[in-house]
Amino acid sequence: MLADRIRGDFPILQQRMNGKPLVYLDSAATSQKPRQVIDALVRYYEEYNANVHRGIYRIAEQATEAYEAARRKVAAFIHAARPEELIFTRSTTEAINLVAYTWGRANVGRGDEILLTEMEHHSNLVPWQMLAAERGATLRFVPFDEQGMLEVAEFDRLLTERTKLVALTQQSNVLGTINPVRELAAKAQLVGAKVLVDGAQSVPHMPVDVQHLGVDFFAFSAHKMCGPTGAGALWARYDLLEAMPPFHGGGEMIMLVHLDRSTYKDPPYKFEAGTPNIADCIVWGEAVDYLQTIGMPAVREHEMQLTHYAMRRLSEIPGLRLFGPESPQRRGGVLAFELDVAHPHDVAQILDQDGIAVRAGHHCAQPLHRRLDISATTRASLYLYNTEADVDALVAGLLGVRKMFSPKPTRVGS
Amino acid sequence: MALDDLYREVILDHYSHPRNKGELPDPDIKVEGANPLCGDELSIFVKLDGGRVAEVRFVGRGCSISQASASMMTEQIKGKTLDEARALAGRFKAMMRGEAVSEDELGELMALQGVRKFPVRVKCATLSWVALEQGMTEFETAKHKVSARASSERP
Repeated sequence: MLADRIRGDFPILQQRMNGKPLVYLDSAATSQKPRQVIDALVRYYEEYNANVHRGIYRIAEQATEAYEAARRKVAAFIHAARPEELIFTRSTTEAINLVAYTWGRANVGRGDEILLTEMEHHSNLVPWQMLAAERGATLRFVPFDEQGMLEVAEFDRLLTERTKLVALTQQSNVLGTINPVRELAAKAQLVGAKVLVDGAQSVPHMPVDVQHLGVDFFAFSAHKMCGPTGAGALWARYDLLEAMPPFHGGGEMIMLVHLDRSTYKDPPYKFEAGTPNIADCIVWGEAVDYLQTIGMPAVREHEMQLTHYAMRRLSEIPGLRLFGPESPQRRGGVLAFELDVAHPHDVAQILDQDGIAVRAGHHCAQPLHRRLDISATTRASLYLYNTEADVDALVAGLLGVRKMFSPKPTRVGS
Repeated sequence: MALDDLYREVILDHYSHPRNKGELPDPDIKVEGANPLCGDELSIFVKLDGGRVAEVRFVGRGCSISQASASMMTEQIKGKTLDEARALAGRFKAMMRGEAVSEDELGELMALQGVRKFPVRVKCATLSWVALEQGMTEFETAKHKVSARASSERP
């Protein structure tokens, strides 16, 4: 099994919680980091920390080269046509906001429509609400069915000449659903709509080729794919980036500055004002190397098998309702569920006592939970380092929760 | 941190068998409380008679701590004047902040003391009391029936 081979690379997984091994099942929130990535971060600060794109001395050149090498690696990881199509941001959220503030303000007007889905993370919803309110545009939403699959017939109905943008997640952070992005993007192109994909949950877990998907904008981040927090990226087709106005103004993004006007650099620098997050972007490149060595098809295969196993084991627990597609082929390793006897916060609290880390709440997807008519779920999410033993610990923990919370027949205290 | 401190038997009992659960028609005070962080929701209904809480009920959904705390609160404030209820709310919140309180004054509510050791859960325990305070304040200002809203984020 893949996890047995690489688990030793992750120092944090070697520690014990309350005398038990840490069972980390919250990689959809953030992934753990391998030794290679942690070492690369220390190496940068100890050996060649310097600002990029300006110093005429050895370590500044070294930092600049490493920063641009990371851009090439991250761009190649998602099969961008050229590295200049990849803009470093601080997060997926900032990447989506960049599109809303620049492309959106220049291209979306009164009466235009933005087509989203009911399973979006708040980061791919709230920026569009803000843009729509400012520009007098309308938001439309593609619903999902009982299994958490997008209703493509509704997509077809809602996609019209008025649609300026389709923005959707490639993989739901709650349901695990993998959406048919390529199929929907082809349809969007026919009406002249641009397509933005939130890839925060897909890029870490499966091979992604933005050119094959046929999309226009793609946002994702480092920290869910074995990299550091604070680094994200926006990929967009180069011609789109060239036509877009800048995002933040300041140093690094300019050619010539006069008192009353400035000229801007070409992409990607036009969109990277200020000193970038040099260290974390460089280290992101190290995380890409780490995943490339293992191979993304192998990561996907491992997670699919483990998801299959987890779904079978979870189905043994009475009163547990798992959300999302029934087929592991159509979903990622994100397992959100409710347990009849206990609220997600109680579930997570009790599991924590056994060293099991899961997420409880609405996972930044309140409209999705409202649609399911629940206020919160418990979510266990898998990654390349998780094992069947992790799943077994979760199942044992959940059976313990059931036992603790099953109503006692007699009342005490009154 | 022992889980037993958090999930005392009396708390689990109130969660499984909530007291005074349900809506109250034509209440003098109705207040909806929410904890945006975890999605806990509850509504409290109070009927007054001669300045005292004649009847109080709640409906809601959320974690065991928020629901048990609301259930226990309804038992404690029944028969009290609004001033007495407010004083008890103050003492309860003081306990949750870690201040010294006397067992005589809080009675069964002391069972929630263990929640203090789990800081993210404190707002679950105080939600019903924060909501009650908001409802009472609005009632006293308006001097007639009120329908109020409260959030655990703005205690």
